[in-house]
Amino acid sequence: MGVEGIGARVVRKEDRRFITGQGKYVDDIKMVGMSYAHFIRSPHAHAKVKGINSTEAMKMPGVIAVLTGQQIVDDKVGNLICGWAITSKDGTPMKMGAWPAMAPETVRFVGQAVAVVIAETKNQAKDAAEAVVVDYEELPAAADVKAAIKPGAPQLHPEAPGNIVYDWHIGDEAGVGDAFSKAANVVTLELTNNRLVPNAMEPRAAVAHYDQAEEHYTLYTTSQNPHVARLVLSAFYNIAPEHKLRVIAPDVGGGFGSKIYIYPEEMVALWASKKVNRPVKWTGDRSEAFLTDAHGRDHVSKAEMAFDKDNKILGLRVKTHANFGAYMSLFSSAVPTYLYATLLSGQYVIPQIYAEVIGVYTNTTPVDAYRGAGRPEASYLLERMMETAARQLKVDPTELRKKNFITTFPYQTPVIMAYDIGDFHASIDAAMKAIDYAGFPARKAKAKASGKLRGIGVSCYIEACGIAPSKAVGSLGAGVGLWESAEIRVNPVGTIEVLTGSHSHGQGHETTFCQIIAERLGVPISQVSIVHGDTDKVQFGMGTYGSRSIAVGGAAIVKAMEKVEAKAKKIAAHALEASESDIVIENGEFKVTGTDKAIALPMVALAAYTAHNLPDGMEPGLKETAFYDPTNFTFPAGAYICELEVDPGTGKTTFVDFVAADDFGRLINPMIVEGQVHGGLAQGIGQALLEGVVYDDTGQLVTASFMDYTMPRADDLPSFQLSHTTTLCPGNPLGVKGCGEAGAIGASAAVINAITDAIGNNKLEMPATPDRVWHAIHG
Amino acid sequence: MSTVKLTVNGKAVSVDVEDRTLLVHLLRENLNLTGTHVGCDTSQCGACVVHVDGRAVKSCTMLAGQAAGSNVTTIEGLAKGDELHPMQAAFRDNHGLQCGYCTPGMIMSAVDIVHRHGGKLDEETVRHELEGNICRCTGYHNIVKAVLDAAGRMKVAQAAE
Repeated sequence: MGVEGIGARVVRKEDRRFITGQGKYVDDIKMVGMSYAHFIRSPHAHAKVKGINSTEAMKMPGVIAVLTGQQIVDDKVGNLICGWAITSKDGTPMKMGAWPAMAPETVRFVGQAVAVVIAETKNQAKDAAEAVVVDYEELPAAADVKAAIKPGAPQLHPEAPGNIVYDWHIGDEAGVGDAFSKAANVVTLELTNNRLVPNAMEPRAAVAHYDQAEEHYTLYTTSQNPHVARLVLSAFYNIAPEHKLRVIAPDVGGGFGSKIYIYPEEMVALWASKKVNRPVKWTGDRSEAFLTDAHGRDHVSKAEMAFDKDNKILGLRVKTHANFGAYMSLFSSAVPTYLYATLLSGQYVIPQIYAEVIGVYTNTTPVDAYRGAGRPEASYLLERMMETAARQLKVDPTELRKKNFITTFPYQTPVIMAYDIGDFHASIDAAMKAIDYAGFPARKAKAKASGKLRGIGVSCYIEACGIAPSKAVGSLGAGVGLWESAEIRVNPVGTIEVLTGSHSHGQGHETTFCQIIAERLGVPISQVSIVHGDTDKVQFGMGTYGSRSIAVGGAAIVKAMEKVEAKAKKIAAHALEASESDIVIENGEFKVTGTDKAIALPMVALAAYTAHNLPDGMEPGLKETAFYDPTNFTFPAGAYICELEVDPGTGKTTFVDFVAADDFGRLINPMIVEGQVHGGLAQGIGQALLEGVVYDDTGQLVTASFMDYTMPRADDLPSFQLSHTTTLCPGNPLGVKGCGEAGAIGASAAVINAITDAIGNNKLEMPATPDRVWHAIHG
Repeated sequence: MSTVKLTVNGKAVSVDVEDRTLLVHLLRENLNLTGTHVGCDTSQCGACVVHVDGRAVKSCTMLAGQAAGSNVTTIEGLAKGDELHPMQAAFRDNHGLQCGYCTPGMIMSAVDIVHRHGGKLDEETVRHELEGNICRCTGYHNIVKAVLDAAGRMKVAQAAE
């Protein structure tokens, strides 16, 4: 409805403050009497903390306090939690070691905090930190999965013998065995999904304030889910009861998963603000982000796929080792299990699937969900497998995929997921047309004539967004429900506030959520405000991750709007002396259908608040709340095709074209959706070509700055060709599916498939640097 | 401590700072101009780019004292009152930003790029020139579009003057 409703490419309401430098991020906040925190971090990957001497530091200018891990234990601040319980195949619960916010006895990764200095200025805190002497006794470290599972490997936690957190499985092992015994062909693949650092451009930060008079805490923090932060800080870390703790996530400069978790620094800032009775600010620098933000991916997998004589898939067997780092982060346990192995059917009919996942502790930074979270790992494995199979079976990779596509819905996979709807042929056809797939052999021949190796690579992904319903995720071990809330306040003059439990840190909710209201009421989006990110304003919410905001948060807004509209129609009908069933809403007016009788929204709203003339028995006011719990995940899917050239002399890859054909269901704002896809593709391509965390054998992080870890820059990436095919999601009232992670899930396999096609060698790991590509060409 | 006198967004200021203070910290901490951001500690990300005497400079790489006597423009000083600079408008119209954190530095760099290259900008040049500004959200696609769009708008505006 109208030029600003669903489907309109409306420019973003939030942009003006960002382009004029008026955004308000956590580090921009100042408070009277503010002090500054600087953490003292372990330089060792594994060591005993024998003692901490802060005598000299305490004498330095401006120092207020030096607080240690032992003090936080003595004050009974809770250990960090992992919120999803996974059960091993032998029926035992996962085996977790304790993670105190600052280490009192043992450090298990480089960068783990052991103490914090609080001082009058940031520089004074840093200077004093240099004077704190920590006595470490170094222990041998296990820096990767291979080293950690070796017999005799250094043991991280006594609770987890052999450094194994869990040995989990899914699917029918015997059924897969039968499938393989009938196979005409078996294709095998070993691959690594490289470890990444999320690197949101805004480093994490916290401003904590304790109000002694009210015994009340306020925390401004860089969070994707402030309500979950408050819940965890209150219920598990014993900082303060919920009603005495306000968490505010103001403008947040990107998250990509890394700002879901409640980290030690935020906990310590809150705790310290009471200890020193001063507001405490901590702002991480980029080095701290590399060392302490949860990393992503880091799987090592072996996979086998069985085909019959007609190249139909019979079964898939996968064994994956997942590196969790030194501690189990908040959602880490769910990532390589319920967000990974459950997606191993991809877009294909695979009658039998069996996957084993072994979670392993190592002396590295904790690993958790990063854009896509498990689904990029599944998609990469499966799409590398399909390409490898096509080459081994000597069939066109698009034909092999089409032959095995799921075509009837709903479709129950052998690994829990029940896909509600999709049209995979439509996506791949759109992508093939966009890139002129048929014309590729001629282009390859032409490139060859000029000394370049040209390749084309396909990737057909499916993802599961908006993890739900709460009852189902609870039965799988989740510690929280995964619904969303919305409250609609129609003010007496007819302006509207939408309070949402979703959190925007770049996604554009302040615009798209208004478009939902504009669509329903026909009011301009300038009359609507989105309120989010403050636990004092919004009662509760589950935040933004897993591409859930529009499918779950947006649906909650619709549910609340339905209640508002029902009441408003009653008021309008009463005022217009008409039947409620005859009232329709158009262009901001409530009209009696088939007549010229109408009453504008502000008059209905005013009537609700003056309450002078309401229907008998009706409560005054016009405000409604909804909690929406979806009935299923949503299943965005699509096809990506990448065409590129490799210079055999240097191993350098140059993009020729990258096309993406996605099915996200209904698009609320196509401009914003395209932006999300662009960003996701950049991260997927970054993983494929540029990014990769390197630890040395002693557990030192070698890639700990933007000088050493290759972030995708403007000249590393192509412009993208996007298109959309549409099947409407039947599971929510908007027909939407979610679009935030797709690019990161689908892109990396397309790139590696294209490079390996170009060079004629299927063995190539990510990131496919020129060095690696050159060696893959020349041996 | 030293007293640093400079002009920021057209206003003469005098600030007492520690000698080790970086220009970005003078702007953010002393002048409360928090639109200029810090995204790294190795002069790589470009979130802190401002103009010093008309040239794009990473303000995390310059001591406040080095800026004494110079004319500094930050993102807060780019628009003429309510009228956005063509680069700001182009970023909004082309959806060249998402979380907004890299945006001030990106815009300040982009204005400098257009000034240096005039109307001779193409996609390849823009991508190459933006190498010193990292964005994690947009994949640069719409940033490149915005810079090219703004280059056209700035040319028109210049011709009209």
